[in-house]
Amino acid sequence: MSAVRSWLAEGTSQRWLAGAALLIALAMIAGLVAVVVDVAAGFFWPEPIVSLTLADGRRLLGQEAGREVDPGSPGRERVRINAGNRDLSSSDFVWVRDSEIRERRIDPGAWQLERREYGVFFGFPVRAEIRGVAVDATTSAFTAAVRGEVDRCSALLDTRRRLLRRLDSDHVPVGRLQTRLTSAQRRGADTAALRAALEPAQTRERELSAPALAGLDDVARELAAGTLVMRTGDGREVAIPIAKIVRVIPANALTTPQKLALYLARWWEFLSGEPRESNTEGGIFPALFGTALMVLLMTVVVVPLGVVTAVYLNEYAREGVFTQAVRLALANLAGVPSIVFGAFGLAFLVYTVGSGIDRVFFADTLPTPTFGTGGILWASLTLALLTVPVVVIATEEGLQAVPQAVRDGARALGATRAQTLRRVVLPYALPGILTGTILAVARGAGEVAPLMLTGVVKLAPDLPLDHIPPFLHLERKFMHLGFHIYDVGFQSPNVEAAKPMVYATVLVLLVLVVLLNISAIVLRNRLRRKLRSSAV
Amino acid sequence: MTVAAAAAALSTRDLVAGFGETEVLKGITLDVAPRTITALIGPSGCGKSTLLRCFNRMNDHHPGFFHRGEVLVDERDVYDPAWSLEALRFKAGMVFQKPNPFPLSIADNVLFGPTIAGIKDKRVLEETLVHSLQRANLWGEVKDSLGRSALELSGGQQQRLCIARCLACAPDILLLDEPASALDPIATAKLEETVLELASDVTVLLVTHNLLQAGRVAARTAFLYLGTLVEVGETSRVFSAPRERLTEEYVTGRFG
Repeated sequence: MSAVRSWLAEGTSQRWLAGAALLIALAMIAGLVAVVVDVAAGFFWPEPIVSLTLADGRRLLGQEAGREVDPGSPGRERVRINAGNRDLSSSDFVWVRDSEIRERRIDPGAWQLERREYGVFFGFPVRAEIRGVAVDATTSAFTAAVRGEVDRCSALLDTRRRLLRRLDSDHVPVGRLQTRLTSAQRRGADTAALRAALEPAQTRERELSAPALAGLDDVARELAAGTLVMRTGDGREVAIPIAKIVRVIPANALTTPQKLALYLARWWEFLSGEPRESNTEGGIFPALFGTALMVLLMTVVVVPLGVVTAVYLNEYAREGVFTQAVRLALANLAGVPSIVFGAFGLAFLVYTVGSGIDRVFFADTLPTPTFGTGGILWASLTLALLTVPVVVIATEEGLQAVPQAVRDGARALGATRAQTLRRVVLPYALPGILTGTILAVARGAGEVAPLMLTGVVKLAPDLPLDHIPPFLHLERKFMHLGFHIYDVGFQSPNVEAAKPMVYATVLVLLVLVVLLNISAIVLRNRLRRKLRSSAV
Repeated sequence: MTVAAAAAALSTRDLVAGFGETEVLKGITLDVAPRTITALIGPSGCGKSTLLRCFNRMNDHHPGFFHRGEVLVDERDVYDPAWSLEALRFKAGMVFQKPNPFPLSIADNVLFGPTIAGIKDKRVLEETLVHSLQRANLWGEVKDSLGRSALELSGGQQQRLCIARCLACAPDILLLDEPASALDPIATAKLEETVLELASDVTVLLVTHNLLQAGRVAARTAFLYLGTLVEVGETSRVFSAPRERLTEEYVTGRFG
């Protein structure tokens, strides 16, 4: 009895409780990170292609993608095969019971094709026809020839993209004239001058774009010049245009360095490429770019706003009911669910401010909205509002940490209040301001809900920053990592195929947020160390 | 005993001052001779610092501060509306108890006053920088690292930097508020040496807790007790032959 009492009295119980709570929290975080890293890191590693012969005589070619206890017959297992070839069969992922498998082989000749459409293809190469020359798969130069053609097609596609961009910018003057013309017609105004201007503009566009159009024809012809004939696992022969192939992988014949090179190449493609197949394949570059640009815009707005607010609260306002009320409001604002901010952004920024801007500046294009619909500007402003409390609170802490002696020192040298603030107090509070900024950025980078209402889309054809004047298109919709995860993971037509993509995107987002936080801590500590050495 | 009024660099007439309900100074009349070092001594809470801060109006920033009577710097009322706070503080520089360098480079610290006063001439600024650091006995130690952060200096160096920062404003008066209380003996000795050298052309009013320090550097000493000025005179006389019993008890260490 007394042992129990002393155990309680000495706080041992609290210590154990606190320790256990910490352990659980750490374990949950570690578990989350471990799962994400495990799935995402393995996703790009080339797996072998297995050939299965089943009891009913069916033959399957594909990669093993998970295994579990067979719910139909306990004690046995079943394996999931990613058989690809989505264009040929109805389902690319199939469950196979272990008991059904009569034979399992790893065929060194099997190929995996990453395609621009319909996902991966598994099969055996038969022959290829490249610019009228037939090459048989048995010849030694076959793989090199096919790969050369794949690379050439990639280069051609780049050319095509460049030509289309040229055509886009060539069309800008005519496009603007046409918009004005439509609007003038609707208003019933005189259109003669516009029509007169349109004619030469169109002629000029035709002249300008003639070489690009000719180039496009050439590219299209060149792209059609190669065909690869593959045999599927069940013996059918399929002709695949080489232009549709991203990468040719003889998965079972790869050496470890080759696998490593492929792994890195796939990560690079993931980070720098465009998405394909409703985002379930390809890269996430537009989402990364959209996230970065949005966060940048948000920072540009939130930092001055937050710092000025904090300076007013801490330096100028007289402590009292008002400042207490503002602080209370800020603390509450930090706790408001982010979707509420989204609703506010939609109702006020998009529908009120945005529509107002449209009525005044973009009346020509109404009823098609320009700023009166979700866009990166409104999303950034909404997030700026969401993160303002973080910046204010951190900056206030920084300002409160400025020693009175230093403020007095500046005043005693004849500095006015404003000079003291600008030259001494703000530099001293810089670590706090920076911490607040980076915390706000980390929060903003991970926020999704308000963006869904204010401008994020599943697939944005154009980046908000491009070659068409005025280069930065604040009214455009954009892609975002957080929304990308939601979209690919839960809105995708092929959830199974998209799963690894989700994990990889989560990993990128986690790494991004962790990097931001680490840089915040390092920066703050470095500045603090510099400032602390003043204390004697 | 009192200096001729016409020559006093700092003086108060029946100064009553305090914060809120509390009177800290209860009618002080004091004249500080120009170009000498005068020490203000007395036990904690006697009002030394408050008196010192009356001269450059630093008390005005504290809520609830009030005063009656006159405070004169160079014969001129510090509350003269025609005399800006900034100009007053250029004339009467202050060094605080703890070194308070700004989070700027050494050079920017020294030139803080001149820059905010709007001086832009590079040559003038450079001359001021060198001259101020030399007078503060810091030049030799920092001349190769003027761009370094002032916060990397040692405590004693920082305090001399704070003196240099005041000197850059070319003040006639230096108000030192226990400048050595946060320093070790060696740094204190250097600081005292600096202050002694300055006294040839600057009036120094030094608040100190350390009687030995007052004895070492001050030509004159004023003893404050509970907000009243008990005695003021030549330091050697105040220490060896005090006229008041309170002074004698304090300087012999019987209280305080």
